[in-house]
Amino acid sequence: MLGEQIVKGMAVTARNFFGSYVSKERLTTVQYPEERLVPKENTRQFPFLVYDGDNWEKGLRCVACQICEKECPPKCIYIVKSKDKKPDYKGQPQLYPLTFDIDISVCMSCSICVEVCPFESIKMDTEFELSTDDRFEGLLLHKQELAKPNAHYHKVHAQDAKDSDAVLAAETAKAEAKAKAAAEAKAKAAATPAAPPPTPAG
Amino acid sequence: MSLPFILIASVTLLAAAAAMSLRNLVHCALALTVTFAGLAALYLNLDAQFAGFAQILVYVGAVAILIVFAILLTRSGDTPNQAILAPGWIYGIAISALVFTALGWAVLNSSALPKPAAPAPEATVKNIGEWLMSKYVLPLEVIGLLLTAAMIGAVIIALREMKTKMEGDRP
Amino acid sequence: MSDRIQQVIEAFKHLSLVDKLDQFFVVLKQLVLAGVPEGWQPLVSGLLSVALVLGVFPGVFALITVIERKGLGRIQNRYGPNRVGIPFTKIRLCGFGQFIPDGIKSLTKEDIVPYAADHAVHFLAPIVMLIPVLLAYAVLPFGRNMTIADYDAGLLFFFAVGGAVEVSVFMAGWSSHNKYSLLGAMRAIAQMVSYEIPLILSAVTVVMIVGSLKLTDIVAHQSDYTCGIAHWYVFTPWGLAGCLLFFIAALAESNRCPFDLPEAESEIIAGYFTEYSGFKFALFFLGEYLGMFAIIGLGITLFLGGWTSPVSFLTWIPSYVWFLAKLVAIVFVFIWIRGTLPRLRMDQLMNLAWKFMLPLALINILVAGVWHFMGHDWQRWLVCGAIISGAYIGLGRGLMQNQKLGKRTYRFAE
Repeated sequence: MLGEQIVKGMAVTARNFFGSYVSKERLTTVQYPEERLVPKENTRQFPFLVYDGDNWEKGLRCVACQICEKECPPKCIYIVKSKDKKPDYKGQPQLYPLTFDIDISVCMSCSICVEVCPFESIKMDTEFELSTDDRFEGLLLHKQELAKPNAHYHKVHAQDAKDSDAVLAAETAKAEAKAKAAAEAKAKAAATPAAPPPTPAG
Repeated sequence: MSLPFILIASVTLLAAAAAMSLRNLVHCALALTVTFAGLAALYLNLDAQFAGFAQILVYVGAVAILIVFAILLTRSGDTPNQAILAPGWIYGIAISALVFTALGWAVLNSSALPKPAAPAPEATVKNIGEWLMSKYVLPLEVIGLLLTAAMIGAVIIALREMKTKMEGDRP
Repeated sequence: MSDRIQQVIEAFKHLSLVDKLDQFFVVLKQLVLAGVPEGWQPLVSGLLSVALVLGVFPGVFALITVIERKGLGRIQNRYGPNRVGIPFTKIRLCGFGQFIPDGIKSLTKEDIVPYAADHAVHFLAPIVMLIPVLLAYAVLPFGRNMTIADYDAGLLFFFAVGGAVEVSVFMAGWSSHNKYSLLGAMRAIAQMVSYEIPLILSAVTVVMIVGSLKLTDIVAHQSDYTCGIAHWYVFTPWGLAGCLLFFIAALAESNRCPFDLPEAESEIIAGYFTEYSGFKFALFFLGEYLGMFAIIGLGITLFLGGWTSPVSFLTWIPSYVWFLAKLVAIVFVFIWIRGTLPRLRMDQLMNLAWKFMLPLALINILVAGVWHFMGHDWQRWLVCGAIISGAYIGLGRGLMQNQKLGKRTYRFAE
């Protein structure tokens, strides 16, 4: 009969209306500033720079190789290389970024910079409450704002941070082994000058 | 002549002049709507509530809409580049003068005019309804029949168009 | 002058407590009028009444917008607005302060007029919309002795000024020089013209039974009680059918879901007010809601007893409270319908108006005649009920059979 289904539909919506006052399970809304969802493991928003140790300037892993700057699709990274070299966390003398700016109003969160970085230095953060009333300076993050300790990386992406630490440890070990081998070879060469030159490891 | 009458009459006349002389047809139609509304206000000013409300209901609500619909469906609303006056405007003026004379003559010679002292009849809605159903029932029915015939004619015209269109669609 | 004030106060003192509450605003107005010179009284009286309408109904509108958003939210298992309360405090009032920022936002937005628009008509359209809508309130009886202009032809006045809304819709749609606006205006006018007929015909039944177009007379005819239940016309067979027809047509006249084709946002952006922004958009929005309240108010007056109470033991509640309560209740049903039904298609819309509602309204007029001439016999209930339900089932079957539902075929997809 005409109108029967309308009454049925009205009953459904009425049940939803009253049900939403009775049972909280119906309401899927998370009331954001007070309640928050736990972020997913793969959450990524904008890049940050990892540093080791306590001093953000000394411990910065970045060596200003500018690969990320060149790969960035929207060109939101701006790096100025240093003229001199500073010892990095391993004690090796390296270049360091004089300026490292990311314009997060341009950044599209693609994380290509993370993939191309050979030094495990740039990583994605989960921070998303970055709104500001200054849309030019407020959204242009400088080196100091970008630098965050490795502990922060462990906090936001525990598994990735562990993997990255392992990679770095392996590289350090390799470098140490190489240095050791080089030192041994040097010692050997001093002892027996006729010996062949050492083959590079790896 | 009271102040309200002068105001209403001048608005009505101005709108009527605008309806004749504006270039854009839709503007003309809207000015005509103002004229209709002004006439309704005149009726209300004369305490003829039923006539006034019916004027608004029929002319502003229906006839004006019909006119703008007809304009929109038959041509675009853009301003045409032609003279305001049609080529044969002399004949038009002659005919309208003739009609005005005839109407004026009829009004001046009618038997209703010489005795304005007679008390105005109670033209309440109830009286009008009763007269329409008793004294004037025949004219009412004739008008109803005429309108029904017109409506059936319109439906038939629309039907035939649809049929030929459907036949034309077929390969 | 002070004598007259004394008289009014004396008369007020003699009223019972219930009447004191009920007639409070009437006496207040008399008191103010007693204080002004004789010649100014009509003007002051008119201004006071207009101020009341302009104060109360936009206030109701502000609350209804929040109720609508919250109600629709709850129907969809959401919270709806629940943040804004009293400004500068932490009091949230369940979000009922939301209309303040909404209003500030829409009134302070930039007013953009399209370059190609017809500027004069574009400017006038929202004004032409709001004036007839506000005029319609003049004849509505909001409470006992609370009618601004109690015309003999009040009902006719209401429908007459309602007809002027169509002109403004056309003006808005045409002057914007935008195809969506024009489409929306065409749809709106076609819909309003179609649904005005069942609207008026369903109101005609009440006029036939009462024998008057005066809205206060219509309310007075419904204010008796039998066994404690009021003689509202909705409790009679023809009244029930007329009431349903009236409110369905009212839904269409106020362009609300499921009859919101004129402003179907998924098809034609916002219909005839696509090119309006800021204050003018707010005026259209206000006009639409005030029009809805007015037409609901008329429906209440015609079928739901106006300001009278449904049962005799609740007559102590003031009449204007009843009117507003009924108004809000019907608006809530409208919101409920909006949350339930999807939008109609254009042919379905026209079929419903011309093939179902119009014949049913005509049959309903016949039934009202039968009801009138069968006297106070109990058999008239049976006869009238049978005719109405028979017509409803028959017309409904006819409408369903002509649907020609089939498998949907796609011409371009696939």
